[in-house]
Amino acid sequence: MGEEVKLIGSIQSLFSFRIEWALKLKGVEYEYIKEDVRNKSPLIFKYNPVHKKVPVLVHGGKPLPESLVILEYIDETWKDCPLLPEDPYERAMARFWAKYCDEKIWQAYMAEGEEKEKAMGPALESLAFLEKEIKGKKFFGGEKIGFLDLAVGWIPHWLNVLEEVGSMKLLDAEKFPSLHEWAENFIQIPPVKECIPPREELVSYFHSALIYLRSLSANKP
Amino acid sequence: MGEEVKLFRSWSSPFALRIVWALKIKGIEYETVFEDLSNKSPLLLQYNPVHKKVPILVHNGRPIAESFVILEYIDETWKQVPLLPEDPYERAKARFWAKFGDDKVLTSVWNVFIKQGKEQEEALVAAMENLKFLEEEIKGKKFFGGERIGYVDLVLGLLANLISICEEIIGLKIVDEEKLPLLYSWMQDFAEAPIIRDNWPPRDKMIVKFQALLDAAIASSSSSSSSK
Repeated sequence: MGEEVKLIGSIQSLFSFRIEWALKLKGVEYEYIKEDVRNKSPLIFKYNPVHKKVPVLVHGGKPLPESLVILEYIDETWKDCPLLPEDPYERAMARFWAKYCDEKIWQAYMAEGEEKEKAMGPALESLAFLEKEIKGKKFFGGEKIGFLDLAVGWIPHWLNVLEEVGSMKLLDAEKFPSLHEWAENFIQIPPVKECIPPREELVSYFHSALIYLRSLSANKP
Repeated sequence: MGEEVKLFRSWSSPFALRIVWALKIKGIEYETVFEDLSNKSPLLLQYNPVHKKVPILVHNGRPIAESFVILEYIDETWKQVPLLPEDPYERAKARFWAKFGDDKVLTSVWNVFIKQGKEQEEALVAAMENLKFLEEEIKGKKFFGGERIGYVDLVLGLLANLISICEEIIGLKIVDEEKLPLLYSWMQDFAEAPIIRDNWPPRDKMIVKFQALLDAAIASSSSSSSSK
């Protein structure tokens, strides 16, 4: 029968969506519990006392935070539709690039002025890698969606929101034609298309998030 | 014929030490390539063009960077003496704590080391909050991996060496035996484990290095505050 699966997530968290897509791709039934990250419920403090963030997967009552950790857990627990490749070296490459892309593009979005110029380099480098990786393939996972597709799957819908809010241009269709094409394909896939949040809501959220995040760093000694 | 395993490291990099420990625990033969990080070799830049850092594991000519990624690769490629647990939930917890160690614990301990006065007091409070999570996690176990050293021990293990070096330099207790008895005990047990004990970098060289890092951090923070 299987144990109960719950996903505590939020429209405001692009990391939550990775988990929804993974669960849907693998045909895992789950209950979605909506959190407002600006007004956190006791549930988040209970299930993620360390970071107090979404997403959190709760499987059979056992909680698990951190989206990339959750993705690996999902892949190891439900074997249908594998996300990570079989070969250890290919797995290492998927993990390396997932981590790198997460860090670098986010840094570029948060930065201002001179820091932004510096942050753009690594952000563009990660897109350049993805461009090279996707050439000749439909998805990063090959014919089917894989771990890296899910890890960078926020790019198609969220990146241009971050670009608009963070005043930066990264995913240029001329510079990164294959990546651009992948983005168009990815967004059409049923599990992804089903849960895409409205753009205006994202713009408004990320705009206020950016102001808040930058004020935190400005106040640091 | 045998496989070719090379590890690019520096004499002091705590992240590279994780890989040394993992390879030795599994009894894997490998060649060490020492890098001078102030004068990086063309090979390092070729093998890790993205980060240009150590450690890099090169297995049969294929390079892998980032210590967590390397540790998982090692565990998946050489199955003896597993580092990660078998159960998917326990594995996930191990990955979670490893990430917490690097992202939060290391950063907060570093802040205690480089800050002064009131800021240092605040940094110590923040570090204690993080260390208390580890204290809770080690309860009832000798190592984070259970009876023997595992993935989380290898990732957090640099604390067993660096914390006492930082404490000696700044004259301040970070992991107090009274306040964090289990973590303190783990640090002793880990540091004394045969493979670990035999591979620490020379302590006197580390003290000199970290004193220099502290001096540089103080100099850069006072110059930035005076230019405001």
